[in-house]
Amino acid sequence: MKQTSTIISTYSADVFGVCSALFELGGMTVMHDASGCNSTYTTHDEPRWYDMDSMVYISGLSEMEAIMGDDEKLISDICAAAEELHPKFIAVAGTPIPAMTGFDFDAVAELIESRTGIPALGFATTGMNTYVHGASMALEAVARRFADRNAVKTAQPTANILGLTPLDFSVNRSDAAIAAFLEESGFKVLSRWAMGSTLEDLSRAGSAHVNLVVSSTGLGAAKALQELFGTPYVVGVPMGEEFSALVRGALQTAAATGENQFPACCLQGGDTVIIGEGVTSVSLASALELSTGKAVKVICPTETDEALLREKDAKLQFEEEILEALSNARQVIADPLFKPICPETVRFVALPTESFSGRIYREDIPNLVSDFETFANEVL
Amino acid sequence: MLKRIERPREFSGIPIGQASFPAPFASGLEYASPARGTWNIVHTGMLIPEAHEIFVCAASCLRGVVLTAAELGMAHRFSTVEVRENNLLDGDMEDLVIEGVSDIIEKLPKRPPVVLVYTSCVHHFAGCDLEMIYEELRNRFPDIDFADCYMNPIMRKSGLTPDQLMRSRLYMPLKPRPIRKGSAALIGHDLPLDEDSDLMVLLKENSLKIHEITSCRNYEEYQEMAESEFYISRYPSAVAGGDMLSQRLGGRHIYVPFSFDCDEIENGLTRLAEIMDIPVPDFSGKREEVAAALKETLNMVGGAPIAIDYTYCPRPLGLAKLLLDAGFNVDRVYLDAVTGEEKSAFDYLKEHHPHLQLFPTVHAAMRFHSAKERSNYLAIGQKAAHFTNTNHFVNVVEGGGMLGYQAIFKTLELMRQAVREEKDMRNLIQIKGMGCGGCV
Repeated sequence: MKQTSTIISTYSADVFGVCSALFELGGMTVMHDASGCNSTYTTHDEPRWYDMDSMVYISGLSEMEAIMGDDEKLISDICAAAEELHPKFIAVAGTPIPAMTGFDFDAVAELIESRTGIPALGFATTGMNTYVHGASMALEAVARRFADRNAVKTAQPTANILGLTPLDFSVNRSDAAIAAFLEESGFKVLSRWAMGSTLEDLSRAGSAHVNLVVSSTGLGAAKALQELFGTPYVVGVPMGEEFSALVRGALQTAAATGENQFPACCLQGGDTVIIGEGVTSVSLASALELSTGKAVKVICPTETDEALLREKDAKLQFEEEILEALSNARQVIADPLFKPICPETVRFVALPTESFSGRIYREDIPNLVSDFETFANEVL
Repeated sequence: MLKRIERPREFSGIPIGQASFPAPFASGLEYASPARGTWNIVHTGMLIPEAHEIFVCAASCLRGVVLTAAELGMAHRFSTVEVRENNLLDGDMEDLVIEGVSDIIEKLPKRPPVVLVYTSCVHHFAGCDLEMIYEELRNRFPDIDFADCYMNPIMRKSGLTPDQLMRSRLYMPLKPRPIRKGSAALIGHDLPLDEDSDLMVLLKENSLKIHEITSCRNYEEYQEMAESEFYISRYPSAVAGGDMLSQRLGGRHIYVPFSFDCDEIENGLTRLAEIMDIPVPDFSGKREEVAAALKETLNMVGGAPIAIDYTYCPRPLGLAKLLLDAGFNVDRVYLDAVTGEEKSAFDYLKEHHPHLQLFPTVHAAMRFHSAKERSNYLAIGQKAAHFTNTNHFVNVVEGGGMLGYQAIFKTLELMRQAVREEKDMRNLIQIKGMGCGGCV
């Protein structure tokens, strides 16, 4: 049965993706939920919680408020907190019960904004999609709401990094390594969406010549920035010498032609399988194929633009279908919490990610941008 | 229009002299402190030996519980059925639970003797026929005991709280059996009762056969709890479950409250002894011993400021009262509400120590309350340690295994230890379910 998992974990959910994407931008993000979502997110999905004073809260929705449609409680609580804490913006994101009651997030955001004078965003997340969906919505909304429409292109080559959250890149300085790669490639980094940049940095994103999308969470913002400023984007994470060179070339081509670029390598066949988020996994597969000459397939359990997957890759969400797809695999590269469903004969290479196993293996999450070779040596 | 300023203002507490009972603080948006030592419903359910937990809910709700189990190294005793948007629209929630749970049971490498099925807020709102669901599951799997468990925090302000419910469901699989005279079950708490606690000493001195879920090695041993003549609870949220158990299985439920008040301690144990028809313990000299221990501890702690929080034990105000009356510099207590059991301590402190500060733990402004620099506080409880940013703290949750005068002596001993030795507060407080074998 598709919706059951006998043993494997669950990917971080859409509502947490919203929180993660907006975490460093000085806003106040409110999960409209009874209880539990807040501690889940801050314990398992947010490695920055202890050290950064970001305002992420839960509304504490009660049975009677849900039944009676008492949205005023939420609105007045948010306004009261905003008056005290002065966030740069307010975001309200949904969970299963608001999804059931048909809560109107856009209308509530509008009301909050009119009462507080603070920009407010509503996200109709349901808690039933993965973090990719929520983070992508959030970054796209930031682009549409806060990007300075009067931005002019910089004189020198510049780029933004889109789709950076700890859910895909942890806090192991992968974000800094990607920025360093861009600088080495001749592109000054204007903003990182959204680790290591402020809302003001992001508002200047329209001045960049090209955007680098490093996970599916950045695709919504990339499309919005292209629509608003005509900025082309390149999809891929620079890993390994050969694939990084491909990405570098794609960035230069995109900047020169204005055409979007999707660098990838696709060797035929392959009995090594990577399970993970679409963009990072296809990039890793391409990097491994280019460096080893051996074919690698991808199974993507999270939302992504299927056009970004290669022909041999598969978008599979549930334990049962992933288990079946692994039946002929010789080697699997995946989060350790996928290991129990791998055939005993499979060679398992652990590649932990916060989006699946949370904080459990945080210390073991590799920085594949700056140290691809060490990881590649583990792969036969 | 709101006026913008650069930084949020410092959140200040409320002097207890000006605080209202039972809710000193207005409700609003809630913050989650990084202190995670208290148990959740996954930890508690795992206390039933050989039980398999199956949660049926949306991904956002599954995320926290599935990783709780994984961190415990108990993923093999945990499964999920994911509720999707189409289930809400199609109205097939009952089918999803029945078929999902059945599918998981068929796939498990070994048939568990008991399965805890946790439904969630969406089932409640969709008006699911839970009775029919469990009846069908029992028909399909007559060799398995099913316990209806709940992860429905939206109901936390209506009827029994999720915590009370979980502590009651923990004993639902017990099947009636002949009552054995002279046997007692300690129920409704997560951590084993200390061997030197007043209650354990009393029961052992009188040769009672003692059952406790924390020491059951297998499901059969767990079932033996049903032979108990007495069910003894010590945690406030276990009382409702204790009453249910008594009505269903016939033993008598006795509540011995956790307390730091000498009269209440003696009354609780005396009442228990009288009901059980065993000799009342000899309390002579205990109050003098308490006074001596308080003095010894005060000599070591001196005037250092002390902060207490509600996760340490069910009676944070009772502890503040004990310490303040003995001359300690307790300057703040972290709690979000005052329980009915603490009303007398609240009133006493209001009158005799009106400057004691009360701080909430979930108020939105508490996000910025944690001290940036290391402080010289002695904290009692994880949240107090976090908010005051001190490595000198007593690391206990839910009252630990303490009860009776021993709770006073042990608390004072742990305070002295905390003064002498620093702990790694940042890492210790983030471990979920303290004492449940967490692996992070």
